[in-house]
Amino acid sequence: MEIKLSVKNLDAYYGKNKVLKNISIDVPKNKVVAIIGPSGCGKSTFIRCLNRMHEVVGGTINGSILLDNEDLTKTDPVLLRKRVGMVFQKPNPFPSMSIFNNVAAGLRLNGVRNKKQITPIVEKCLKQAALWEEVKNNLNDSGANISGGQQQRLCIARTLAVSPEIILMDEPASALDPISTTKIEDLIFELKKDYTIVIVTHNMQQAARVSDYTAFFYVGELIEYSDTKKMFTSPDKQQTEDYIRGKFG
Amino acid sequence: MKLISEKGVQRILMLTAFSAISALLLIALFILSEGLPFIFKYGLKDFLFSSEWQPNLGKFGIFAMIVASLWVTFGAMIVGAPLGVACAFFLSEYVPRYIMRIIKPTIELLAAIPSVVYGFIGVMVLAPIIRDNFGGPGLSLLSASIILGIMILPTIISISIDSILAVPQSYREGSLALGATIWQTITMVTIKASKSGIIASIILGLGRAIGETMAVIMVAGNSVNIPHSALDSVRTLTANIALEMSYATGLHRQALFATGVVLFVVIIILNSIASVAIRKRMVKK
Repeated sequence: MEIKLSVKNLDAYYGKNKVLKNISIDVPKNKVVAIIGPSGCGKSTFIRCLNRMHEVVGGTINGSILLDNEDLTKTDPVLLRKRVGMVFQKPNPFPSMSIFNNVAAGLRLNGVRNKKQITPIVEKCLKQAALWEEVKNNLNDSGANISGGQQQRLCIARTLAVSPEIILMDEPASALDPISTTKIEDLIFELKKDYTIVIVTHNMQQAARVSDYTAFFYVGELIEYSDTKKMFTSPDKQQTEDYIRGKFG
Repeated sequence: MKLISEKGVQRILMLTAFSAISALLLIALFILSEGLPFIFKYGLKDFLFSSEWQPNLGKFGIFAMIVASLWVTFGAMIVGAPLGVACAFFLSEYVPRYIMRIIKPTIELLAAIPSVVYGFIGVMVLAPIIRDNFGGPGLSLLSASIILGIMILPTIISISIDSILAVPQSYREGSLALGATIWQTITMVTIKASKSGIIASIILGLGRAIGETMAVIMVAGNSVNIPHSALDSVRTLTANIALEMSYATGLHRQALFATGVVLFVVIIILNSIASVAIRKRMVKK
């Protein structure tokens, strides 16, 4: 099994406050890894380290993050974020742009100006994000005027447009209704054919449904990381079992 | 007992609130009652569009001064708006927050410097530099524009920063996560989301520039003529009132009040536009 992303001895800080302690995780290619754990356990911080958004809010990291054996902590964050895309908890389409332009934004950032080149990519990404059928007749409407679930799929399409290798999802369905959540989960299942996905969720059923591997974080430490089936049936650690059984968290 | 004192407090507060409003009303009434009769007597067209201002001959055309005021304000915008907006973006997007929190109040202190001090610096430093390098009298449209451009910086910077910081962080993150640089994020997302606040800041700066008097009197040269170059000496509407009010009598005095009416109307229009722009931003959030 090919390892796409390898995190080694990662520490993360907010100021002097150490929020992640010595995390090591290997993410296999074309698989979905779910990060679970109670609020404040550092799971969001962890995936924000992977595309170095953690540093945008003034955090610092220690350790190494290898993407195809290239250390991301030493590359230009602007370049790395084109390879590691991110979908956020709250849908955040660019409000001043149309649906079309939201998806095209990443391409234009990369210097693609030719509309003939952009249009088919936008269509492809909207199809991949399972949004095409719903918006194909109003691509020029504002990206802010569609429903929350559609906005989130628009954000996924926007992320796909720059053809990243890895997609990070930070509780992508937590602000959505059950039907939209199902659509996002189906989508994750489709996307893993082409991408490697790391998803943070506080919904354990969701983790069990969508992921191949699950990591359990607790107060900044990685307690257990294993195959999702094993994790939810016979976890190694008592702490994991207590959390999954709902005894705390 | 408690109820009575509560009502008493309410009355006192209401009185103070109304006294502020009535002060504004009284000022407006006073200026209008002094100025409007003159405008009707002399004729609005002759007053606004003739550039002959010779009070001793009974000629009161303020066109040259309107032009001067507009040019000086326009010049101040050319200097102040790009500088102020660029500074606001730099402080809110490129600099760590704690540094911004030190620098922003410092810039706001610029507004606390008395305008006569700006004028003094203009006379002693700026005017000689302009005279020696570009020619002309030094005290000119150009020096007034530069001094005013600096004076409106705190208004523009402070309000622009507030409106840029009001842009939700999630918009920026969406852009950065796509691999945009900070500059690309500004041009693609932040500038559009904070546009109305930035425009409001510029209009408020504009209002301040039109209304400023002391610094302009000191650096603009004050001769009544339509400027042909930036190096010409000019007299603005405000400068005209301040310079002549002390000795004006009769019709002359009324003409100065009428000048005040013109200024008053212009500034009220500008402030209304600004407050509409700000309110639009509030509604959008």
